Amino acid sequence: MSILEVSHISKSFDRTEVLKDICFSLNKSDVMSIIGSSGSGKTTLLRCLNFLEEPDTGVIKINGEKIYDAKDQEYLSEAAKRSNRLHFGMVFQSFNLFPQYTALENVTLAKELHAKREPDFKAHKKDVLEAIREEGKALLTQMGLADRFDNYPHQLSGGQCQRVAIARALAMKPDILCFDEPTSALDPELTGEVLKVMKELADQKTTMIIVTHEMSFARDVSDRVLFMDDGYILEDGTPDEVFNNPKEERTAQFLASFNS
Amino acid sequence: MMDRYIEQFPVVINALNIGFLQTLKLFLVTLIGALPLGLIISFGSRSKFIPLKLLVRFIIWVVRGTPLMIQLLIIYYFPGLVFHNNIWGGQETGRFIATSVAFIVNYSCYFSEIFRGGIAGIPKGQDEAGLVLGLTKSEIFFKVKLLQMVKSILPPISNEILTLVKDTSLARIIALQEVIWAGQAFMKGSQGISGEIWPLFFTAIYYLIFNGILTVLLGKLEKKLEYFK
Repeated sequence: MSILEVSHISKSFDRTEVLKDICFSLNKSDVMSIIGSSGSGKTTLLRCLNFLEEPDTGVIKINGEKIYDAKDQEYLSEAAKRSNRLHFGMVFQSFNLFPQYTALENVTLAKELHAKREPDFKAHKKDVLEAIREEGKALLTQMGLADRFDNYPHQLSGGQCQRVAIARALAMKPDILCFDEPTSALDPELTGEVLKVMKELADQKTTMIIVTHEMSFARDVSDRVLFMDDGYILEDGTPDEVFNNPKEERTAQFLASFNS
Repeated sequence: MMDRYIEQFPVVINALNIGFLQTLKLFLVTLIGALPLGLIISFGSRSKFIPLKLLVRFIIWVVRGTPLMIQLLIIYYFPGLVFHNNIWGGQETGRFIATSVAFIVNYSCYFSEIFRGGIAGIPKGQDEAGLVLGLTKSEIFFKVKLLQMVKSILPPISNEILTLVKDTSLARIIALQEVIWAGQAFMKGSQGISGEIWPLFFTAIYYLIFNGILTVLLGKLEKKLEYFK
């Protein structure tokens, strides 16, 4: 069964329709890349999954269970969105790390705040916080940052910051990890280290949705590729289908612009 | 000649110290009241509820657009003159409360505008990063944005704080017994000293030293927040 089902999502800003009747589903452990030119709606689609934008129409289901329905008030309250968006982790183009916290604190902050909301937190405070810290350290170690726990974001390179951001997203144990152009803000020599940890996550069967301009990475790592243009999904298939035998003329044009 | 000053000096210093204590009290009460109230007002002036936003902005305009001295006089005398009921009473305590109210209202409006700029200056990505981690709006404000805001507004807030130290002297206009009042008392005559203007001039030293101390402390705080960028 698919882990994610998105049906008939649309979104307009003022009078510009940015997403038009978007439907797709995603299997567990699959890596899906979304490609397309700027303004095609890729990022907006990702932001709709996190409810950073509220879709105007449509339904989103996780494991068959509805987490969003534009017609049902129940899913539109702040509290509902807050708990439902935790199905998705989000890695931003510009990292958005919290500057006043160390790498480790960035990873543990949300976990700690969530733990504090539990009624029996006070009784187990020390153990709970210790467990969260250990988890955070393990995640940063996995990201190759074992010697960077106590560094602040401004002391880290862009690639290191983005890896902290990935660890921070993973700490919430999301069902699906979303990346919004994760290497676009990085110097070319730093993109490799971020793509490497993303590849490792793919190898460990992490379900991921990646909005990217890194065509060779999308081709090598993805199980699925969506090509978006003008708010529509024009292609939805394996990398081989989309990159080598695109159905639409527009896709071929787009891909050709990368080869020239 | 010199003998006279040496004789007067301890008496004057003693009186000025007592006056300065009142100055200090007004300064602290204003700060403790106006900083949180300023934060609340800044939320009001950023509110999505337009009538509230317009009302708050109107109040800020009036308060920032008129002299603090006039505001102080109106707050102190208006109830007595118009309603024939001086709610403040004629005592020092009443004058102090009236002054505190005027100062807190005035300074919270100035602070709110600084806060407003500080909040607006924090990148939207900080909110979004907090949201996708399932944090509530208040967790995002207090745990993520507040310290970043404090860091960015510390220089303009420091400026206002130094101005506040000197503005406390305006309380003299309703005869609050702060340090200027204490210095002036020796012109009219007090404790066997009269016709002396030097105690009034000497009060400047108090402001200067206190602002010097504050400058050092605020500078230290600014340094302390340099650990992140």
